[in-house]
Parts: sequence; C-alpha cells; structure tokens
Amino acid sequence: MAEKLLEVKNVSIVFGGLRAVSDLKMYIDKGELVGLIGPNGAGKTTAFNMITGVYTPTEGEIYFDGEKSSGKKSYQVTQMGMARTFQNIRLFADLSVIDNVKIAYNMHVSYGLGNAILRDKKYLAEEEVITDKAMDLLKIFHLEDLAQEKAKNLPYGQQRRLEIARALATEPKFLLLDEPAAGMNPQETHELMEMIRWIREKFNLTILLIEHDMSLVMGVCERIYVLEYGMLIAQGTPEEIKHNRRVIEAYLGEEVMN
Amino acid sequence: MNVVHKQDLKIFIACAVLYAVIQGLICLEIIDPFWELNIVMICINIILAVSLNLINGYTGQFSIGHAGFMAVGAYMGAVVTMMWEYPFALGIVLATVAAGVLGALIGLPTLRLNGDYLCIATLGLGEIIRICILNIEYVGGASGLMGIPRETTFTNVFWIMIVIVFFIKNFKNSAYGRCCLAIRENEIAADTMGINTTKYKVMAFTLGAAFAGTAGCMFSHYFFIAHPASFTFMRSFDVLTMVVLGGLGSMTGSIVGAMLLTFLSAALSDFPEWRMIIYSITMIVLMLYRPQGLFGNEELSKEMFGRLLGKGK
Repeated sequence: MAEKLLEVKNVSIVFGGLRAVSDLKMYIDKGELVGLIGPNGAGKTTAFNMITGVYTPTEGEIYFDGEKSSGKKSYQVTQMGMARTFQNIRLFADLSVIDNVKIAYNMHVSYGLGNAILRDKKYLAEEEVITDKAMDLLKIFHLEDLAQEKAKNLPYGQQRRLEIARALATEPKFLLLDEPAAGMNPQETHELMEMIRWIREKFNLTILLIEHDMSLVMGVCERIYVLEYGMLIAQGTPEEIKHNRRVIEAYLGEEVMN
Repeated sequence: MNVVHKQDLKIFIACAVLYAVIQGLICLEIIDPFWELNIVMICINIILAVSLNLINGYTGQFSIGHAGFMAVGAYMGAVVTMMWEYPFALGIVLATVAAGVLGALIGLPTLRLNGDYLCIATLGLGEIIRICILNIEYVGGASGLMGIPRETTFTNVFWIMIVIVFFIKNFKNSAYGRCCLAIRENEIAADTMGINTTKYKVMAFTLGAAFAGTAGCMFSHYFFIAHPASFTFMRSFDVLTMVVLGGLGSMTGSIVGAMLLTFLSAALSDFPEWRMIIYSITMIVLMLYRPQGLFGNEELSKEMFGRLLGKGK
C-alpha cells in the first residue's frame, strides 16, 4: 500500500453565494501522476488554489505529507514541499531567465544579511552553488543559452518551460501543473508529455495536473479526477474515465467515444 | 582574490580618486563654499534616492513618506549630539536606528496595502511624523532645533554615501534582493516560490527608512538647524523625482538623478522663479521621450558605474 502524500478531506469553498468547490475528496499517493479535469468553470483552478494555500477552504481540511496544510499561507505551503505553475503564466517578467530560477532557491539559502552585505566566503560559495544549480535546471529545459535574456522576451512555449523549471527549483516533493499545455500545438504537447514523465522520474516527484488536452491527460496520467460544477463526478484510471457515462455526458462528448 | 571582490575594489579605488580630487579642489579653494554646500547636498540626496529606490524601485512598494524618516534622523541625531552631548558617530548610528525602527513599525501595518493606497498612507504618515515633531517642545517645536554643531563634512558624508551605496548594491545582488525583485515583478508568484512577502517588504522598507534617517542626520549637522519645514512632503517628492528621473529600479539611475536635479537646482539658484519651470519641463520631456526614466531598470556596467560617480561633481 503506497503512502498518501496529499489528502483532501471533504473540502468546500464558498465565495459569497457561490459554492465553487463542494465536498471535494481526493488523495494522491507518493509517486503518482494524477490528472484533474472538468469543463470550464468546474472549479479545477479553485481546487488547486486551495491545495497550494492561495485560498483557505471554508470547510474541510487538507493534509500534505502527514501535516495539515490548509490554513497555512501560500509561502508556507511551498516551504512544505509543494510547487506549482500557473494557468496564465506568472513569470518575473523583467528579470533574467536565470534570476527567475535563482529566486526559487531562496528557501535553501542559509547565509544571513550580514554575509550578503560583506560578500564574504559563505555568500560567494553559496551563490556559486545556486548559480550552478540554476544553470543545470536551465540545461534540462534547453534554456541555458537564454539565461541572461529577460523572461518576458521568451516565446510562449519557452516561458511555459521556464515556469516549470522555476517550480522545480524550489526542490518540491509535489508538483502541481495548471494547464501546462495551454496554447501549445500537438507537437509541443507531445514533447511536454515526454518531459512530464521524465521529470517525474528524474526528480522523484508526485504530480497533479489540470489539463484540457485530452490526449495529454489520457496519455500520461495514471489516475484522473473529474470535476463538474464544483463536485467530483468521477475518478479512476484513464480507461475507466473514458467509459464513464456521467463523464461522457458532462464533458468529454464524442471526442473519446470515437 | 576573486572576480567579485576585484570589481568592488576597482569601484572603491575610483571612489577614492574622486574623493581625493574633490577634496583637493576644496582645499585649494577652487570649489567655493557655495558649490561645496551643493556637493554635500548631492551626497545627501544620493543617500535619500538610493534608499527610496530600494523601496520603490526594487521592492515595488510605492512609498512617498521619505521626508518623514529623514526628519526623524535629523532630529534624533541633533538630540544626541547637541542635547546629550555624545559624539557625532553615535548620533549617526542612533538616527539610523531610530528611523529604521519607526520604518519597521509603520511598515508592518501599511505594507498590507497596495499601489495607490500605500502611496496615500505613506504620504500621510510622512506628514504625521512632521506634525508630531512640530508639537514636541523638547525639540524646539515650530521654531525648530537651532545651534546644532556642524559635524558633517564632505569627507564623512562622502564615505557614508559610498558605504550605503555598496550596502544596497550588495543587498540587491543577494538572495534577499532577489526576493524583493520577485515581489515587485509578481507578488502571487513570489508567494508560491516560498517567499514570505510581508517579511521582505518590511525588510526593504526598514532599510530604506534607516538610510533616510542617516541622510537626515547628515543634513541637520551640516545646516546647523533641524526645522519641520525642511521635511514637508515636497522633499519626499523631490527624492521621488530623482528616483523616477533616473529610472525606478536602477541604482545608477538614482545616483545620476540625484546629481542631476541637485545640480540643476543649484545652478538655477539665481533664478528661483525659473527653477520650478525648468524642473517641470525636464519631467515632461522625460515622460514624453523616456517614460521608464534615464536608465529604465538597468544598471550600468561596473566600470561605467565608477565613472558615472565622477560625473557632475
């Protein structure tokens, strides 16, 4: 029996009169690659925001790695070992590509303000390690030649990759990808699929991803949760989801039927 | 010795040469007292501008209450040296600490605000500080504090300026500075990178306020007097103008902005009625042709940086 990394226990959130997510129950085992799908406005990103601490659930609790994570602030949740990307890319646009990645290492910096101001050995040694680590990550994502370029000048696909690289730089156990393939063509989506599989092995990660692209979800996810109107309507392996009547009615339509 | 230290050393030597040249010219009385005063003002304004740039430019928290912290430093320093009769060095330290502590106290609640709201709050707080001082009889109330010993010289203000510039430069190039820049760029993303945004905002605000206090202390010990009228919001705007003129987020920009505007107002001191006109024309031209400021948010290369310090003095 695998160990549970994330457990979402009967979580709901209410915005004014709107119940955006209602009674959500989810779990993710260590090492799993899980998909979260659903029509537009189903509450996927809201669920993401609750898991990562951007929103605090109105009801219910979330446990991460045996510790309660709901109610903690977003940065504290990240410090517990969760990293995410955004549906609408949120890079540090005016900073260089490498600085974007270096910022994500801040949690692992041990030198103090004094070391930084005096630029002593400890500062220099650690900065060198951070730069090397950041460069290694950029190499993995084929961005090393663009290290000094401003993030906003990168083409869309590379910005997406940089966002994943930046999330990995926080050295997480659990990675959440919010529509990583949005705006990508089939070729890029295919490459992304390979990459997601590969980083999971390489970094020993557990991954949860939201996606609209069915070929991606069905291709890489081991288990899938389906949300509609804030409610969980189905869960299971891609095969099971493909043949689940409610899911087909609610969302998939004919795409998978054929 | 490594590359980083070598570069620092080069800049340092450039500064020392610059110092020697100006000090020499002052001793030979080629630079008259009027220009000496303005050179000291340039140094003080550089301290103010780079410290405000740390808050506004790097961390992206739009503060316009800098004169308030300067006032705290000016009065604190004066009280220490004049009333308690301690040495000037202690006056500088206590002025810096007092302004920093006040900055932290004010920063904690106000930095929850964003954009325009933070702007108004800091503007108000700057005025509150000034009006509080205006009503404290112990420091002279409305007539100000007079007879402060003239302890500020070109030598000490120059080197304190260099120390502060280096401090902020090194801060920016560390993980701390990167966190501040991340907050400016995208606060939500910074948060999800595990950055405690409140902590870094307050840190930048506190450091900025503290250095404004240092500048205030140097200011009051040069002009013999600390008067509430010297620290109105107009001074905050002056400093803000320097930072924006140079380019928000560029330290070289702040330095050049401070030099340029101080120099301009000194050069126009014979035509006070023209001063504000030329000032505003400068700003309009800048807004039209270079809205991001002279330097945008770029820094000049290290070698250029050292050279630039030499310009205008």
